[in-house]
Amino acid sequence: MGGRLKNGLLLAPGLGWLGLFMVVPCAIVFFFSFFERGTYGGIEYHFTLENFRRTLDPLYLSILLDSGRIAALATLLALLIAYPAAYAISLAPRRRQSVYLFLAILPFWSNYLIRTYAWMVLLNREGIVNRALASLGVIDAPLPLLYNEFAVVTGLVYNYVPFVILAVYASVSRIDPALREASEDLGAGAARTFLRVILPLTVPGVVAGCVFVFVLSIGNFITPDLLGGGRFLMVGNLIYDQFLTARDWPFGAGLSMMLIGIMMALLFIQAVMVNRNAAVRE
Amino acid sequence: MNKLNVLTLAACVSAALTMAAPLSAPAADKIVISNWDGYMPEDLLSNFEKATGIQAEHAVHATNEEIMGKVVASGGRGYDVLFVSSPFAEALKQLQLAAPIDHSLIPNLRNLYAEAGQLGYDPGNTFSVPYAWGTTGLCYRADLVSGAPGSWEDLLSPQADLRGKVTMLSTDRWLMAAGLLSLGYSVNEKDAARINEAGDLLIEAKRHLLSYDDTTFYSKLVSGEAALTHAWDGWCNYGIAENADIEYVIPREGTDLWVDTMVIVAGSENREAAHRFIDYVLNAEVGAWVASNILYKVPNKAAMDALDPALFTQFPNLAMKPADLLRQEQLRDLGETQKAYTRMVTKILSSR
Repeated sequence: MGGRLKNGLLLAPGLGWLGLFMVVPCAIVFFFSFFERGTYGGIEYHFTLENFRRTLDPLYLSILLDSGRIAALATLLALLIAYPAAYAISLAPRRRQSVYLFLAILPFWSNYLIRTYAWMVLLNREGIVNRALASLGVIDAPLPLLYNEFAVVTGLVYNYVPFVILAVYASVSRIDPALREASEDLGAGAARTFLRVILPLTVPGVVAGCVFVFVLSIGNFITPDLLGGGRFLMVGNLIYDQFLTARDWPFGAGLSMMLIGIMMALLFIQAVMVNRNAAVRE
Repeated sequence: MNKLNVLTLAACVSAALTMAAPLSAPAADKIVISNWDGYMPEDLLSNFEKATGIQAEHAVHATNEEIMGKVVASGGRGYDVLFVSSPFAEALKQLQLAAPIDHSLIPNLRNLYAEAGQLGYDPGNTFSVPYAWGTTGLCYRADLVSGAPGSWEDLLSPQADLRGKVTMLSTDRWLMAAGLLSLGYSVNEKDAARINEAGDLLIEAKRHLLSYDDTTFYSKLVSGEAALTHAWDGWCNYGIAENADIEYVIPREGTDLWVDTMVIVAGSENREAAHRFIDYVLNAEVGAWVASNILYKVPNKAAMDALDPALFTQFPNLAMKPADLLRQEQLRDLGETQKAYTRMVTKILSSR
């Protein structure tokens, strides 16, 4: 009984925090999504499902699909970069591993906005990359590196790669070295050992990292706005605009609920995959 | 560190007391002003307090929409004077959140140009007092653009060598205005077919854009990243200050006149003090500060007359006459049509 009480007390701050700053705001957003925008902004308390119907407008659906495509592309690239890095870190001597991990998260020491502006300084028409290439004689006219999809995806990948490295590393480093040796003793080559033993065991880390990148990317509005030069509208920008430009909180709330629904579905799938993996291991 | 803690504690205690105060008795002479950051002299409030004994607290908002959201959510409680652009002043009036302006309490209204009392959204300044005004047009590098641009067409279908070196404003009303004006329609157009027509034109124009930019276009001009930008005159001046080759022009089809105003909140518990604040802002020194530091025109004749004439040579758009400004169309609140504008802007920004 005492243990239960202690557990409850230990959980209280976390639960209180989540309740106050996540559950309550989400409930408010959910509540707003059933009402109408007043003619001059604000909310009119007439019950309606119009906001959800509007999210199905082909215009908004195409923005959602496009955001999903950009987020998926960023996720794939982040994984291709992060997996080998995490794997290499796990193979390094123990002492070096923490140094490498420290280096991987080093970018987080500066602010997201500042890192994004740094990319603008690098990529713009008169920027460092174009000047360097021009002075080396590689190009005659500046390359369009900024304000396009390339810049948006680059920004997203850059910002979220460290999360995938950490997630995959957490999985890889837990694999018992004896498993690898056993696989090799039984005659499997390096490639086969990786594909049949290592990769399946790192699925939870891969999925966790991917869900992280995807969820953060699809809702991101700063990167498309700055690196995309406002020429790309992702669903995060769409929601931002409803709240901050159109003064249409109910529709913004409806769009938010749709996005939250998608994210919850993804997290649910992740949880199922992790559980299945755990069951296989047992 | 200790000192800081004491200060923090003191701030918390005083915040707690202020929050509790309205329950007991309304603070006698204290008003809350919300303005854009950096849009008034830093010492304005302390000077105002010295002159009148009225304590004024400074709140900041980044956009009109932000302060609208706060004020609408709170029913106007907690603020006394708001600085907002004219369509938002109009919306506040419609929502019955704007108090009537009592001219007898603002003798400095006589400092304003006669035109400042003839603005279409509020003739006679019944619920708003203009603070600064200006136009939207083309801001460009005269040394990079061959032949001076003079039409919205030059922005929407730029000559070949300017393609990819053009930026436009993405804020809904101004983005739409560029399309509407080039077709000869009103900046407050409510006809769905015409809104669509302007939208199609703007989607077409997007192909030639470097980016949409509402905040840093003048630095893109300075760096040479852009050569022609869709700009507010006051902001174009920030570019001109750094590069004398930058010029500003109002397209021949005309443009909008934007006005930033001061509104007294209907829920203000201290309307008299709020009026005195507006009166103080309308003195010539404050207006001259705004014009010479923010490089925006002010509708304050006394202030404009007091400016250093060199400013008009360096920034020719500061010298625009009020009568010429009044010839441009004023942005009005769109009411229900706002939704159509928002949807069209979304369509433009998400188009490929």
